[in-house]
Amino acid sequence: MADEVEAAFRGDRRALARVLSDIENGTLSIKNILDGQPSIEKNQWSSMAITGAPGVGKSVLVDAIMTYWATEGIRVALLAVDPSSPRSGGALLGDRVRMTSVDNPDINDRVYVRSIATRSSSGSVPLIVEDMATFLLACGWERVLIETVGSGQAELRCAAVADRIVVVEGPARGDGIQAEKAGLLELADIVLVNKADLEGADRHAGELRESYALDGDDAPEVMLTSGLRGDGVPEASVALLHLNSSGRATRARMRERLLGQHERRLILNPSYNAVLDALCEGTLDIHEALTQLQGDEHE
Amino acid sequence: MDQPLRIVVAKPGLDGHDRGAKVVARALRDAGHEVIYTGLRRTSQQIVDTVRDEDARFLGLSSLSGAHAHLFPQVCEKLREAGLDDVIVFGGGIIPDDDRPALYEVGIRAVFGPGTPTTEILEFIETASAMENAGVGQSSEWHWNPSA
Repeated sequence: MADEVEAAFRGDRRALARVLSDIENGTLSIKNILDGQPSIEKNQWSSMAITGAPGVGKSVLVDAIMTYWATEGIRVALLAVDPSSPRSGGALLGDRVRMTSVDNPDINDRVYVRSIATRSSSGSVPLIVEDMATFLLACGWERVLIETVGSGQAELRCAAVADRIVVVEGPARGDGIQAEKAGLLELADIVLVNKADLEGADRHAGELRESYALDGDDAPEVMLTSGLRGDGVPEASVALLHLNSSGRATRARMRERLLGQHERRLILNPSYNAVLDALCEGTLDIHEALTQLQGDEHE
Repeated sequence: MDQPLRIVVAKPGLDGHDRGAKVVARALRDAGHEVIYTGLRRTSQQIVDTVRDEDARFLGLSSLSGAHAHLFPQVCEKLREAGLDDVIVFGGGIIPDDDRPALYEVGIRAVFGPGTPTTEILEFIETASAMENAGVGQSSEWHWNPSA
């Protein structure tokens, strides 16, 4: 195991992939791996969550941004999350289908893409992604992007795992009232209105800017992009690289960490599946189930 | 099952038909595995890079274009070059019986034709994953005997 970690530090990608699996599976802890390692110099930010509704074009846009950065010489890694089946536990991880940067021999030594399933965690990102990102950074990858599951208005878990939050929107995403609603948009450090080549993108960007204008000085910038055509991608790539935190997500970040870790504890409890079965059979009620899962932990 | 198996399903070469690959990917997903689908028209090198970066235990190759006799061995060779000897490779599509021995020869552990029940593919996965040396660069001479 230690050999594999050493090899990953030296830049062996197969070893990197295997260590990431071990971290994901819980057989290696990031604390043990980094014990005694020199701490790495931090960029302005290290990890960035890319989130937004399904189908707004997150994968294509992320691919275009990674291509831009890698061409500039930056080593960028992507952790792309797709949902696990709540019934079988399996997953179809399809974000790679849209990735051209990993196939481009001119830059793909500076691009790493790893598909991740949510497994048993709720929310758009499993918390273990944070540890995987930390390991990538320790291996010399300079920036880690985390593409969340397509998610809606109230899914804030991504705040727990990343230094910056990018919300991707699309054209014609409802009327002006949608832009006024509370939720994810309030935590964004920047908003990219993608598919700008389609009708309605300009208007939606306008509505978002109008809504943010009521927030005062710390409102995030709203930019138009077309991941497909490339319009606005260089500008967005540069803006993202130097993105400051709006500071809006600090408390939400801590709350999501707390809730996420709490959930993780319940899931990692050895009797979790047995308790779920008992709930399905009706032999336990919810309160008894919770007592059992939380109680076991202290034994 | 402790951890789901990670399985890459890939379409090498110039072949635009992926219904079969999607059916297989779906069956593997429904059996609780994590399937990474590459999309169409991948080169051998792209497929091997994907297997490496995704830390896949299995690689499924689908071909309906007739290029399997060239592409499948090429992928196997590149896997071994990349040190991915323990990855278990299986194939499927329109692959005549006469072509199959040569594929087993290069380390492919199963070839599934049209009409194969998806349950049979799952049985293969289960059997092969329990074996010590069924990887593409490993010593086993074993291969699955398919029904179609």
